[in-house]
Amino acid sequence: MEEASKVSRYLYTLIILFLIWLALTASLDEQELIFGFVLSAIVAAMTYPIFTTRGLANLHPKRVAYAIAYAPYFLWAMIMANLDVAYRVLHPKRPIRPGIVHCKTILKTNPGKLSLANSITLTPGTITLDVDGDDYFIHWIWVPDEVLHAESEEVHVEKASENITRPFEKFLKVIFG
Amino acid sequence: MNALAALGEVLVLIGTFFYFLSTLGLIRMPDVYNRMQTSTKSATLGSLGVIIGVGIWAVGNGLSWAWLVKATVIAVFLLLTNPISAHALIRAAYKSGIPLWHGSVVDKYREHIEAKEKVETEAPQEGGEE
Repeated sequence: MEEASKVSRYLYTLIILFLIWLALTASLDEQELIFGFVLSAIVAAMTYPIFTTRGLANLHPKRVAYAIAYAPYFLWAMIMANLDVAYRVLHPKRPIRPGIVHCKTILKTNPGKLSLANSITLTPGTITLDVDGDDYFIHWIWVPDEVLHAESEEVHVEKASENITRPFEKFLKVIFG
Repeated sequence: MNALAALGEVLVLIGTFFYFLSTLGLIRMPDVYNRMQTSTKSATLGSLGVIIGVGIWAVGNGLSWAWLVKATVIAVFLLLTNPISAHALIRAAYKSGIPLWHGSVVDKYREHIEAKEKVETEAPQEGGEE
């Protein structure tokens, strides 16, 4: 992924910092807005090289729309995850069959991989153990039969990816590229 | 306004229930990996419920909207940082050699590490012979 120009990256950092300032103060007083803008400008000047590599392209309407649509989808997955945890913890026989499985991702950028790892950690029965390039190693609390008895490594990776990473990738691919 | 306060109270109650599940999971699960599973997920959603619930509750009781906005900021921050800390803890646990539970069925990560080490140790030997 090529880097955007410095001005674009700086402006993007400034916008994000100013939005956070708005939420933190939760007031539209003129003095606070001006001071917040000055502070955002100073902090953005110091931190924009490490904050983003793509600049204003992150604010493409399609990306923002997908990000907004992703929020309820993700929250729903999270609630299902917690009901799943409730079932496993409260069930007298403790139905767990843990194991570490291997997945592959199609995402290329680092922010995308980070979001995918976070999403995996918070959704049903899975937690990210390590990420190495395209490979995800995931601790699964209930390894299903189709993954456990896969004939070869490729089939194993394919089945595991289908269950774990695919549902999020269709959103994250658009948001982070 | 009272409907908002009631909604906030219900959210706090649900969040507390998930906190309880998280603690129970710590006691019931057999090894560190499964404990991380239950505690991370339940504690994150429990915190979200409690924090957002307090924000809505405060607005319902006639305090300013700033309560809800700031509570949301805290909730988003927690949502973004909690899985990263869980990932760091579980990876450190694996690297320091804590074994999986005896009932665990498959460990692809061990195979991956061994395959990598094999490649790394073989490569310099070949270079030395030539």
